[in-house]
Amino acid sequence: MKGILAIYRRELSGYFVSPIAYTVIGFFLAATGLVFYLILSAYMEQSFRMQMQARQMGMPPDIDVPMMVIRSFVGFSGTYLMPLLLPMMTMGVYAEERKRGTMEMLMTSPLTEFQIVIGKFFASLTFFALMLAPTLIYYMLMSPYSEPALPWRIVGAGYLGLLLLGAVLIALGSFISSLTENQIVAGVVTFVVFLLLLFLDMTTRNSSSAMAEVFKYLSPLQHHETFAQGVIDTSSVIFYISTVSIGLFLTLRNLDSMRWRRA
Amino acid sequence: MIEVEHLVKSYGQARAVNDISFKVEKGEILGFLGPNGAGKTTTMRILTGYLPATGGTARIAGFDVFEQSMEVRKRIGYLPETPPLYTDMTVSAYLTFVAQIKGVPTAEIPNRVAEAMRMATLAERKDELIKRLSRGFKQRVGIAQAIVHNPDVIILDEPTVGLDPNQIKEVRSLIKNLAGQHTIILSTHILPEVEMTCDRVVIINKGRIVAAHTTQNLTTQLKGGERVRIQVKGAAESLRASIASIEGVKSVEIESSADSLVTAEIESERGADLRAQIASRIVNKGFDLLEMRAVNLSLEDIFMQLTTEEHAEGRVEAKGAAKAEEKAEEAVAETAAP
Repeated sequence: MKGILAIYRRELSGYFVSPIAYTVIGFFLAATGLVFYLILSAYMEQSFRMQMQARQMGMPPDIDVPMMVIRSFVGFSGTYLMPLLLPMMTMGVYAEERKRGTMEMLMTSPLTEFQIVIGKFFASLTFFALMLAPTLIYYMLMSPYSEPALPWRIVGAGYLGLLLLGAVLIALGSFISSLTENQIVAGVVTFVVFLLLLFLDMTTRNSSSAMAEVFKYLSPLQHHETFAQGVIDTSSVIFYISTVSIGLFLTLRNLDSMRWRRA
Repeated sequence: MIEVEHLVKSYGQARAVNDISFKVEKGEILGFLGPNGAGKTTTMRILTGYLPATGGTARIAGFDVFEQSMEVRKRIGYLPETPPLYTDMTVSAYLTFVAQIKGVPTAEIPNRVAEAMRMATLAERKDELIKRLSRGFKQRVGIAQAIVHNPDVIILDEPTVGLDPNQIKEVRSLIKNLAGQHTIILSTHILPEVEMTCDRVVIINKGRIVAAHTTQNLTTQLKGGERVRIQVKGAAESLRASIASIEGVKSVEIESSADSLVTAEIESERGADLRAQIASRIVNKGFDLLEMRAVNLSLEDIFMQLTTEEHAEGRVEAKGAAKAEEKAEEAVAETAAP
């Protein structure tokens, strides 16, 4: 536990002195801010139009703006922003360590590979959570003017989904980073893999063939959809947790095998 | 403290380490000497548990480096060839981290870190970012990192490489200070370093041990015969004749004779100290003896003899040394892992 904590603290503080991390945070907040604004104004306009129509037809308006905003925003962040930005967060996790030669120190310290992998994973996840947290301000700003009242439970479900999806992408990205000494290579490969996931997600979304159903089930982005609807689906949670475990396990195996392959 | 027996490490067909055995007693400094690519780093990495060996055993403080790796790692401080530094951290934060992962009890960490910084004379720089330090200071941080958990065994891979002469001196004296309470293995391809810092030396070439001795012993053991250099006033030829007739003298080599000042080098049989006989013979024959001293072969000469095929001449001249160096490099290319 002490070893995990030491690795965790070092890794997390490492993020806060890295220019890449600040670039990622900056870009993420700017992009989410803009997207939130665009989504909000689009739905407001739509609701305004629907209200006008409703008045003409004499029917009550049928749109829940806060709910739609949450859904679209959580969906967009998870499906498009995170696959774009997380590779930059994870590309250096192991690659830099190998290049600097500090991996040799970690591997000759009385630490198990498990402690290294777990410490690093939770540090990345914490950093991601810290990056996500400021976006909650958007809802706080929106809340006083919200009609009907802002459904915080759906916000909670959506953000749990974002965190779990982030965990999957981090586990995957870290594994790719552990395969190379070059963090640029790691970043590009991770990015391409995430793009493939996104592509797969988009092509299977409107199809219902057996193949498409399988891919849908295997796509972390598809599972994210249910969270974005405000539903915490146990099978999706289990899917995420097992995907993370597989990623961490592969990383662990890879670190272990590095001892035997090293020339 | 360290026992290595028949250690082998192969990469495919190539053997980087080929049947190496040696022992290091507690408190000793062992020098690991050899050209680049001789297998020094590989051997050290096996000892630290970074690499598994293909065959043989290695024990540190009684623990097998393969079977009880964790116990061994707790007792080892290791400085790889490039110091393993997190350059975005300050010196003290970095050393605190290392102390944590080496399993130093939390309460002792501040003391251990302060002590390591004191020994490596880093105290004044403790709040500086490592990336702002000079090469020499970075190396000291690397050494501090290796001693912060007060390990029984310290393994230093080329600790003085890339430093300027002053820094080299500092690092060497730091290493000397560590001896006694710690057992140290250091590798180098610089011979004077071994002469200055080590108690014993293992010379390794192409993955094999070619010689292992105490530093003093190595020089006497390997130089073939005793050599005495004299400077005498008199005629060169009659001097040669009168000395050559002393029993035990193998050869007399006149190096220069000008203005009846003769410089000569006398080689005698192995183990025979003929200085007294030579001196009295010279004086009895009426020459003026101006100077006489025993010639010690430098480790450099011995090294060349051991690591190159051509070692018939015994003494290697400047030109020969350059050639031998080329040879050593060729050897590196040959032994380099695929």
